[in-house]
Amino acid sequence: MLHSEPHEDSFLAGTIRQKTGVSVQRCYQCGKCSAGCPAASEMDIAPSVVLRHLQLQSSEADKHVLGSYSIWLCLTCHTCIARCPMEVDLPKVMDVLRAESLKHKLVHPKAKDIVSFHRSFLGTIRRFGRLWEMGFVADYKLRTGHLMQDIAVAPVMFEKGKLSLIPQFRKKLVSRIFAARGGNI
Amino acid sequence: MKIGLYPGCSLEGSAREYAESLHAIAPKIGLELKEVEGWNCCGASSAHAVDHLLSLALPAKILAQAEQQNIDELVVPCAACYNRLASAKTEMAAEQKTRDEVVKIMNMPYSGSTTIKNILEVLDHLLTPETVKAFPAFFPYKVACYYGCLLVRPKSVVHAERMEDPVQMDELMKRIGAAPLDWGMKTECCGASFSITRTDIVGKLCGDILEDAVVRGAQAVIVACPMCHSNLDMRRAEIEKVAGKKYDIPVLYITQAIGLALGLTPKQLGLQRHFVPVSLQGKQKNQQNVPAALKAAVA
Repeated sequence: MLHSEPHEDSFLAGTIRQKTGVSVQRCYQCGKCSAGCPAASEMDIAPSVVLRHLQLQSSEADKHVLGSYSIWLCLTCHTCIARCPMEVDLPKVMDVLRAESLKHKLVHPKAKDIVSFHRSFLGTIRRFGRLWEMGFVADYKLRTGHLMQDIAVAPVMFEKGKLSLIPQFRKKLVSRIFAARGGNI
Repeated sequence: MKIGLYPGCSLEGSAREYAESLHAIAPKIGLELKEVEGWNCCGASSAHAVDHLLSLALPAKILAQAEQQNIDELVVPCAACYNRLASAKTEMAAEQKTRDEVVKIMNMPYSGSTTIKNILEVLDHLLTPETVKAFPAFFPYKVACYYGCLLVRPKSVVHAERMEDPVQMDELMKRIGAAPLDWGMKTECCGASFSITRTDIVGKLCGDILEDAVVRGAQAVIVACPMCHSNLDMRRAEIEKVAGKKYDIPVLYITQAIGLALGLTPKQLGLQRHFVPVSLQGKQKNQQNVPAALKAAVA
């Protein structure tokens, strides 16, 4: 059986199995995940092809996956796992791939905004304990330089009472958690 | 029914009307809510994309707080928070090692004893054909019940009975006199957190959802998730830009539709906060206008 190949450990397939218990070798390439994926049309490698790359167990294929735009376009909607005949938990695989891509500094250039979104989101929570939406969007704009984005939406949100200009400081609620796990942000 | 409440960040901001409508209907349907004190953000769509243990520790701390406050049952109206809390609980129950790591990070005892419920489960319990008899009005519209992703997937976490064609929300709508439509986009993704980073994708996905609802004759889309709501409502301009056409169909939280059937005013339900105007109103019940289906339901 392929999935007990001894050299798996030195490749992403091994990291994934160790962190999530998922065996990428179970995938038999039916393509249902790619067919149902709402973001597939925007991806550089379709979800089933990401799995195929991982099955190859080569540094070149692994690097290709970690540098792909696809892993950042996954919306974690779970349509793939809902329909997978082999129950390969692709959303869990994607979480590992994103963390590895950040760790090895292989993030696809087009995914920089998405990474900034996560950093702004989590940075806001680290500072305030809860998501202060106004501060989060301002932080995102500064990180990405998209200063004019949503300039028309914000005033309407404010008028409708959906945006608060002043945050509440509840940093203490999460300081311990972020001290332990905030390194990647 | 007395139950703990984890509102989550959206309900304090962009989804304020979801909180307002929930609190407005609660006393009228026999629901007593006790908010978890000192709650933090669950990490939602970002924590899991960056650090797995962070994505478990943030919701675990909320559950640990609930335990300390003797909350045995917790309702989580935001579908995203619900999914994150339920995921953390499931994963910690499955792996002792993970649970130990999380407990060490948050430095709080955790037993995993709290039952986590989404809004549909709680409403299904309280809005029985018997209790809706007492409602002064009904909500006589054709509706497209939109579940999105987080209330139905993944099955290891959310124990939805019909993953591809859920009916729980449809059943609730029938009970208040609405006609839920059979449609094709019930569980398609709205684009979630790409609202800010890839608004074009949200525009396309939400356009497909609205188009199907409109083609089938829906007068409103009903949701139970702040992300679905903000994408379908606040992103209407982007949706129309991608689709090249106008969509007037309003998007209501399930609690707002129920509120209208309870005879509450649009303002009490926060309907004025929507970007897309809502002109639907509850209709007072009298002998003439109660639809046959509702009469049968409450008979």
